Amino acid sequence: MEHVKLTNFIPPGSEVAPRLAALRRQARDFLAQELAAGGYTRTAAGWDRYDPAFSRKVAAQGWIGMTWPKQYGGQESSYLERYVVAEELLAAGAPVRAHWLADRQIGPLLLAVGTEKQKSEILPLIAKGECYICVGLSEPDSGSDLSSIRTKATKVDGGWLIEGTKVWTSYAHMAHKMNLFARTSARTEADRHAGVTQFMVDLKAEGITIRPIYNLADDHDFNEVIFDQVFLPDEAVIGKVDGAWSQVTGELAHERSGSERWMNAYGLLVALVDRIGKGASEYDAEQVGRLVAHLSTLHQMSFSIAGLLERGESPMVEAALVKDLGTHLDQEIPAVARRVVPEPARAGLDPADGFHDMFARALLYAPSHTIRGGTAEILRGIIARGLGLR
Amino acid sequence: MTTERELLLDPARRIFGDYCTRQAIETAERGGWPETVWKALEDAGLTLAATSEERGGPGCDLADAFSLLKVAGAYSLHAPLAETLLAEMLLSAAGLPPVEGPATIGPTLAGAQVQLQRVNRQWQLGGVVHRIPWARHASCVVVAATHEGRPATVVVRKPVVRSRMENFANEPRDTVDFNGVVVDEGDVAVERGMAAGEVHAFGALARACAIAGALEAMLDMSVTYAKERIQFGKPIAKFQAVQQLAAVLAGEAAAAAAAVQTAIEGMACQPSAFDIAVAKARASEAAGTVSAIAHQIHGAMGFTKEHALHLSTRRVWSWREEFGDEREWAAWIGRHVAKLGGEALWGVIAPIPS
Repeated sequence: MEHVKLTNFIPPGSEVAPRLAALRRQARDFLAQELAAGGYTRTAAGWDRYDPAFSRKVAAQGWIGMTWPKQYGGQESSYLERYVVAEELLAAGAPVRAHWLADRQIGPLLLAVGTEKQKSEILPLIAKGECYICVGLSEPDSGSDLSSIRTKATKVDGGWLIEGTKVWTSYAHMAHKMNLFARTSARTEADRHAGVTQFMVDLKAEGITIRPIYNLADDHDFNEVIFDQVFLPDEAVIGKVDGAWSQVTGELAHERSGSERWMNAYGLLVALVDRIGKGASEYDAEQVGRLVAHLSTLHQMSFSIAGLLERGESPMVEAALVKDLGTHLDQEIPAVARRVVPEPARAGLDPADGFHDMFARALLYAPSHTIRGGTAEILRGIIARGLGLR
Repeated sequence: MTTERELLLDPARRIFGDYCTRQAIETAERGGWPETVWKALEDAGLTLAATSEERGGPGCDLADAFSLLKVAGAYSLHAPLAETLLAEMLLSAAGLPPVEGPATIGPTLAGAQVQLQRVNRQWQLGGVVHRIPWARHASCVVVAATHEGRPATVVVRKPVVRSRMENFANEPRDTVDFNGVVVDEGDVAVERGMAAGEVHAFGALARACAIAGALEAMLDMSVTYAKERIQFGKPIAKFQAVQQLAAVLAGEAAAAAAAVQTAIEGMACQPSAFDIAVAKARASEAAGTVSAIAHQIHGAMGFTKEHALHLSTRRVWSWREEFGDEREWAAWIGRHVAKLGGEALWGVIAPIPS
């Protein structure tokens, strides 16, 4: 693997700036108008809300599947343009979770390895904001060690029979489809990652049971998805049989480098800025200013990675590094909030003050960020490999 | 990255590589003026990197000049290159003629002031300023002073060094007595030039650049050492505990590099006070984390004088304090965004150029 270079975090050149600035302005204005007109509301959950109506509005702007070919409903925009729009949506706290995974990783996956039929049927629907896709990866006995998955796909006449259980499947109860990872050949010690195949599953298929797993904040995001002899036609296979891992590694840079990795407690940071106000004490200004410095730096780093993606590179290691730094920032924001607005100060706030919800959400969700999408330890292992240490 | 920049940085790397050996730096640190390396920098035109074409320089932009300081930081250059470039920036902004190097600037600490007054139809200075870099060896100190509450730029030739001090890297940081110093009319610019705050910010960026360069060098050294050092029958790089530490080190070094580069690129067209504040706050914070981890990876060897690691660590421990530490700049950022309000925060982080 190519060794990570710090120069890869240098933001792309200014030649692209005017076009990106105009797009950023367009996105920011659109979101301000939508917010003012009640097209969406802001809550402590920020961008992490499922709102099909709003996803369709984003689609109407041409902002889902932006980088895809026009024949599949895309705009043939650059990754930098997609980056700018995505970041504006997140920063505005717009409810974009419904289409997020399909836009970010499933679409690019289908474009890379999908059949013509899959591409022409699914991509336009995603781009219209009408097809939401979850990812069925983790299992009860398969977390960080994803090569150990046991959900089994058995070849039958005309297709595959799926048997097994997926867990931590976010929004399976609301999505239309699942990008399922299932074992099609036995795992071997020689190649632990061989033998897994990706399937596109219609979640209405017979034999699928979806059960909620409530998280510690009492929210229903996770699910357990049970496959009991579910039949999938041959055309449900995505890419190569037994080829899942080589297909998925390219997608990880998209999955891990984006602004969503450091934008989960952004609402609380905004609230903190307002809370310390014009007459901020030196201590409060320093605490909050430090978070802003970190966030601003991550913004530059994510943007740099979008530049690498645009150049056709696959910056896996850089993406792991941004996710590691970003998710720790998501955890530091509520920690700083405790110091800047300690319990006696919070006690004095109006019970209706939005600060309570922002703080609670950021604090309660903090443990999840360094686990989902690759634990900090796994990411650091990837970075170490990128440094040539493994 | 521009080709012109590489034309500046390529020879710079060669010169730093030749002259910034561990022995040379250690000798220089023991005192005296680093004549050989300074002569080499002058001969290569590097001391004029911030001098515009019309003022007799090579016509690099300021982004190139600050990039040079990042490279210098990576090599632990022991010479007042940053100070000489900053002095020219002050002089140029004030419309004063260029000076022969090596030059330096002051004040470097927040709140320190030099007063410029009219006394008997002469310009006279007042104030004692600590931590003026390289003052004992400088041909002059370009001072960001105040005259009746307004900014003034003053060239003080042959500064009076009251006491000699050094930072952790043995770089001279002298206390200069400006009280009663009379300066010529031609060495004073009032109502023109940079305010003290601007000088402080550019100085901060110069140090942030040097830190980012040094952190990159510390990452390289740590990776090399972890792969070479054998314990329990294998390179320590093979231990997950070491790998996890190194990954954190890399993240901090990368964050410093990204923050600094953003501020550097801004220097080419429109310097951004916010970007500079972020760069100095982030790089200074990373300096602490990276040093701690780099030393942990190097074990006892890194704590010896024999190993080159300390050349970088003692420098970043010094540079993070100069022209404002991470707390000072974080507080600046905090006040800046709090004044604008939470709703405006995103526009500060992702500004839309008009």
